This record gives sequence, structure tokens and C-alpha cells, in this order.
Amino acid sequence: MDDDARLAFDLARDLDAAFERLVVVHQDRLFTIALRMLGDRGAAEEAAQDAFVRAYRALGGYEPARIRELRLRPWLSTIVLNLCRNHLTRRGRARPGDRSLDADRAIGVEPVDRAHGSPIAIVEARDARDAWAARVLALPPAYRGPVVLRHIDGLSYPEVAAALGRPEGTVKAQVHRGTALLRAMLEAEARRQPTEMTA
Amino acid sequence: MNLLPTPTDPMDAALGSLAVTAPSTLKAAVLVEVGLLDRYARIDSPIGPLTVAWNGLGVSLVDHEPDDAAFETRHAAATGRPSLPAERLPERMADAIERRLGGDRRARIKLDLRGHSAFEQDVWRKALEIPRGEVRPYGWVAAEIGRPKAVRAVGTALAHNPVPLIVPCHRVVRTDGTIGQYSLGGPENKRTILAAEGLDPAQMEAAAARGERLVGCASTHIVCWPTCRTGRHMLARNRRPFRTLAEAAASGYRPCKVCRPVDGSLAAA
Repeated sequence: MDDDARLAFDLARDLDAAFERLVVVHQDRLFTIALRMLGDRGAAEEAAQDAFVRAYRALGGYEPARIRELRLRPWLSTIVLNLCRNHLTRRGRARPGDRSLDADRAIGVEPVDRAHGSPIAIVEARDARDAWAARVLALPPAYRGPVVLRHIDGLSYPEVAAALGRPEGTVKAQVHRGTALLRAMLEAEARRQPTEMTA
Repeated sequence: MNLLPTPTDPMDAALGSLAVTAPSTLKAAVLVEVGLLDRYARIDSPIGPLTVAWNGLGVSLVDHEPDDAAFETRHAAATGRPSLPAERLPERMADAIERRLGGDRRARIKLDLRGHSAFEQDVWRKALEIPRGEVRPYGWVAAEIGRPKAVRAVGTALAHNPVPLIVPCHRVVRTDGTIGQYSLGGPENKRTILAAEGLDPAQMEAAAARGERLVGCASTHIVCWPTCRTGRHMLARNRRPFRTLAEAAASGYRPCKVCRPVDGSLAAA
């Protein structure tokens, strides 16, 4: 039995006693998904919080057998992605690329894996992360979700497919299309920024 | 099985590095919202600062304990939940409580009364119907909730009111008309709150001592509880005190349909 299956088992037995563990185990994931989908710390925190609250209320209405069978990782991903989608719809047509992006350091977000080494290496790693975050946000939402789940959250393809409610072949194609777009952005940026320097 | 892509590709590694840690405030915010953790802060009241605890389901406890550690212990014993201090109440909640204490009965305050019996909740709901500036005896509450003999149990339920002032148990007095006990620091505080709501507790108790439990109006021949708002404009010369409803009925007075006076056992409560 893996950790999530054990957690689902405990949630089925005593929701109130086990719920805090669900939050502890999954809060970094849900916040990361929301932040990379929305690019806005406040909105991401709200979406992650709302996702857990909805999860709690849903679990409160499920039979224990149904809770035990839940695959918590994709199930929670579905909830937070739906909330992100609602948020993006509300935000209207303003494309994320058009608005100023919250750089991670400006909003006090800490990466799970901190950069090590010299101060310059740390600054460069930070700038590189901000640039990648901006590229992910520039993806069309249809590709952003699959790429975030697969490459940032680290879900397996079957889990991504379960989270998005789409066939596995479809999400594979969407992830590949998304990463191809990211590569194209990277190349376009490299063409725009000549590397030589004049003093 | 977790099939993390092996980060041979620099892009995979770069995307993997975009995982971040959640804000430290997220967990508490979730637990408060679903009602597994409470926050608390102070508010001002006619009897000094009070500590109010709440969660996403509503206000859960009102207490005059000023010390954080002592309040948290009392809160945990009463609710079975942990609690965390907060700077202040949520704005809408603070606003609603202020309006309600000021007499605005339309101000809606959500209450978290999980774990309390249906009888207790019936009693508290009934106390909520008593307008500011009026009082009713325990026996009236018992009669109104369909348990006319449960006068003593009504007193106990009111003493266990977890949200005094918000559920105005201070507006329920003894059946003999004296002021009765108060959970939030004793009868003196009850007098202070009733005075702040526009009543004269000393005068109420003096009338009760004379045996005047009800007041009739000689022009309408309607008999009310002494603080009923419909009796307020009665001319002094029309005031007719009664000891019991039966006595009033014998003089041709009918009970008021607004305050619905009843005869309770004077021995109880």
C-alpha cells in the first residue's frame, strides 16, 4: 500500500482526524500547480485553499468504500485545475502573457529544491526559473495543464489522463505539443538575444 | 508507480525546478475554513474586552478570559479543537457582531454549535428571538420550545451557552423576576449588559420583589411581560400589575400576542 492509499484508507475511517495529513502531504503540489497555471501568488493560494475545502466537503459526502478507492494525487489535481480554469475564465481574455508576471523572488515563493553554490549561481538559477515560469504561463491553457501536471508536478501519464479526464494518448500528444512550444520559445529568445558583448 | 521523467533533457530539469513550497499560512487557512481549527481575537463589549473564537462554520466560543494560554485550554475543552490567535476578527463577522450587539437583528452571524444537543440549540434559538431591551423568564423559553416542564434544563442550557452576548442568554431572567445567574462573570455583568441595552435592572428587581410579574393595560385589557415593547407606550395611569396570568384573566385581560406571557412555576429555576 503506498502513502496515498494509506492516507485514503485513513480518510475513509476518520475524515477529521486524517484531513490535516492530506493538506500537509499535498499542499506544495496543489499550490505549485495553481501558481504555474495562474502566475499570481494570491490567486494561487486562494485556488489551493479552495481546492482543499472542496475536497473536504466532497469527502464528507462520500461512502468510506468510495474514499478508499480514490487516487488522491490525480483527484486533487482535477479539483485545483478546475478552480484555476474558472479563475482564468473570470480573468477574461487578458492573456497571462500580457500581464506582469509575479517573479518567484518578488512574491517570496521558495523552490522545493533550493539552488546551491555561489551567490552568482543562485541568482542565475533564480532568473532561469523565472524565465521558465513565464514560458509555461505563455502556453495556451489546453497545453499548460498537461505540461504542469506531467513535468512540474511529476504525475505519470495515466495519472495526468485521470486528472484531466482525457484518454492517455490525448494527454501524451498535448504534453508533447506543449514541450515543443516551450522549445520553440527558447529558440526564439536565443535568436533575439545575441550572446556577444561589446564593451 | 511514479514515472518522473529522467531529467536528461535540460528542459525537463528546468521544469522540475518550478515546484515550490506552499505558503506557511495555507494549512491553517484550510483547517479553519473546514472547521477543524479555530482562530480567536478580542472584541470590546459593555463588560470589557471579550475573546471570540471562530472558524469557517461560524463563531464557536465567546469568553471573558483575557489570557491566551488559559483561553486556548478552555476552548480546547469546550470544542475539542486547537486554536490560534489572530490579529482581529474577519471584517464582516466583526461588523455583524457590532451591529447585532447594537440591536440590529438583521445582522446575520453564523454560529458553529456542533456537538451541542438539539434541546440546547432550541433554547439558544429561542433566546435569539428576545429583542434588545426586553427580558423573558426561563419558564417562557421552556413553554415556547414545547417543553413547559423543562424550566431547570432551560437554565442549564443557557448557562452552557458557548456564545454569550451573541446568543443573548442575558435576556432570560428567573421566573420570579429576579435577575438570575450569568455565565459571563456573574449577575453583576448581566445587570451591566441589560442596563447597556436600555433596561433598569434595579427597577425590574424591585417590581419583581413586589410580586409584579406581569403588566396589564387598563385601556386595551392586554397583559404583557413588563419589558414587552408593545406595552412601552402605556400611560402610567393605565398600568395594572398582576402576579399571574390567571389573576389577569379574572380581571378580563387577555395575554399579549407579541410577548406571549405564560404562568410558570415560581418554585422552578
